[in-house]
Amino acid sequence: MNWTWFHKLGSPKWFYGISGKLLPGLSIAALLLIGIGLVWGLAFAPPDYQQGNSFRIIYIHVPAALLAQSCYVMLAVCGIVGLVWKMKLADVALQCAAPIGAWMTAVALVTGAIWGKPTWGSWWVWDARLTSMLILLFLYFGLIALGNAISNRDSAAKACAVLAIVGVINIPIIKYSVEWWNTLHQGATFTLTEKPAMPVQMWAPLLLMVLGFYCFFGAVLLLRMRLEVLKREARASWAKAEIQRCLGVRP
Amino acid sequence: MTSPLLEAIALACERDLRLLFEHLELRIAAGDMVQVSGPNGSGKTSLLRLLAGLMQPTAGVVRLNGKPLDEQRRELARNLIWIGHAAGIKDVLSAEENLSWLCALHRPASRDAIWQALAAVGLKGFEDVPCHTLSAGQQRRVALARLYLPGPPLWILDEPFTALDTQGVAQLEKHLARHCEQGGSVVLTTHHTLAHTPAGYRELDLSRWPA
Amino acid sequence: MSVFALLVAREARLLCRRPAELANPLVFFAIVIALFPLAVGPEAGLLQTLSPGLVWVAALLSVLLSLDGLFRSDFEDGSLEQWVLSPHPLPLLVLAKVLAHWVFSGLALVLLAPLLAMMLGLPVECLPVLLLSLLLGTPVLSLLGAVGAALTVGLKRGGLLLALLILPLYIPVLILGSGALQAALMGLPASGYLLWLGSLTALAVTLTPFAIAAGLKISVGE
Repeated sequence: MNWTWFHKLGSPKWFYGISGKLLPGLSIAALLLIGIGLVWGLAFAPPDYQQGNSFRIIYIHVPAALLAQSCYVMLAVCGIVGLVWKMKLADVALQCAAPIGAWMTAVALVTGAIWGKPTWGSWWVWDARLTSMLILLFLYFGLIALGNAISNRDSAAKACAVLAIVGVINIPIIKYSVEWWNTLHQGATFTLTEKPAMPVQMWAPLLLMVLGFYCFFGAVLLLRMRLEVLKREARASWAKAEIQRCLGVRP
Repeated sequence: MTSPLLEAIALACERDLRLLFEHLELRIAAGDMVQVSGPNGSGKTSLLRLLAGLMQPTAGVVRLNGKPLDEQRRELARNLIWIGHAAGIKDVLSAEENLSWLCALHRPASRDAIWQALAAVGLKGFEDVPCHTLSAGQQRRVALARLYLPGPPLWILDEPFTALDTQGVAQLEKHLARHCEQGGSVVLTTHHTLAHTPAGYRELDLSRWPA
Repeated sequence: MSVFALLVAREARLLCRRPAELANPLVFFAIVIALFPLAVGPEAGLLQTLSPGLVWVAALLSVLLSLDGLFRSDFEDGSLEQWVLSPHPLPLLVLAKVLAHWVFSGLALVLLAPLLAMMLGLPVECLPVLLLSLLLGTPVLSLLGAVGAALTVGLKRGGLLLALLILPLYIPVLILGSGALQAALMGLPASGYLLWLGSLTALAVTLTPFAIAAGLKISVGE
């Protein structure tokens, strides 16, 4: 089978061109979706019958938490692609996506804590989901630290890929063991997301926010990757021309 | 024309954003001895590591018997003796223990053969002594004793003469030349001029492949 | 298979000639256990309740500490290059290495643990569960830690980074191990936890050697 098309996918120049075309669309979609979802969710959705208005933080918390988890899976997929097919672009994606994932995890943790204060009466409760998120944040920190510690760029990418794959195999085990630990040590508390039959006026803005967050993630990732690709290809003539164009220097 | 034992095609090596060499071409056939030379930091060790498959080239490909190195690690392992700057000698183990482990790892050898090899590098009487009590030159001899056992045809040696005395250097030079004349191949780095060279000797000056 | 046995024997010989490397993690284990009564007070009831967690956290940290140097000397003296270039599969070689390391350091820790646990007031009836849980759990700790050790072996100061990479991955073992002990302490059956620990061990033995080998190849190829 001919794999040249697949390797073309990994060509930095090709990526730079296609991502330049995708970027405006993604950014506008992210802005619109998040804008509409936010106004709808915060101002027009009905308050929760138990939690009142404090439930509205789910419009930030849930998309961030979802994104944080799927971002780690994406890192592992990038790792596999990078290790197996030696695609440099997957390495770039892995290292550029890790900090975004870490930030999303941090956002999910902070919003969870803010929601916890009126609901549970304390900023931090060792709830299974929050604890899993905290561990996920540590996993992201490890990945970022490893990437920074290794000076050789290719080795750093490969090492991060191995760690991400090991991590992603471990995540389900960690998640289930933490849930188990939690049910043994405290009774079930009511959680942020699992509630009986959310009405459509409540989940529709949530859906918009989730989609918006994914578009936002895509846009930020592309931006970071484009910068990294330019750095790596600084010797290539197309990259030099592009940098001069961006700086407004006429050759 | 048969394909050479080892061949490098359009090899490029980049270390820490610095291009060491590119478009490097090298063919090593049976009987060849290639001395890689160049100033410090010109990428001699990197080239050797690329040829031994320890490192991935930034661009280009290394081929063994006409096929890319990545696809035949097993074949490479059967054909190659690699002695790096650090030669894999444990200083709490004795010379014999070290050598017999290295043999077990690559190609098993009898106890007699190991003792003969140690005697050949002038370590008779030091077989049972822990390596940390040996001098640097003697430790290097333990590593080099592998070359005196029946083994693979391709030798890649990084600075093999370090810490050896004059007599040891002369002996090793003759041994390398004999290996090439018997159909083996040697790639090595060293800063001194070799006194004994086989017919297939040539020098590869890395400063001729400026980045 | 003979190279596997030879490597285990060689590692055993190396460890026996440098006994300090074996003793240090054990002393560390004992000191950490001794710190807790000093920190939380000598009240017997409290210490007994805390003992499952304390023993496991201390065991986890001392395994981690002992792993920092697992591949370091092999990396520095060029042995790893020889391993990578040998015709034997690297995952098999690293499995032998980790096995030898576990037999000498992990097993010693398992044997020391009952003594320290009894000093914390853990009843004698719980000791079989303690031994079994450590016996099943410490190989996982060694194998997972070896992945981190392989990835950080080329770095000058890898110790702290190793902890950062690996401690989050240790959490399931910690939960299951201390959970088994707590169940035993409360007089409940602990076999569920132990079976889970056993399956984690099986998973780690089959999968981590490949990750360790990949990590070593990356570190050697740097």
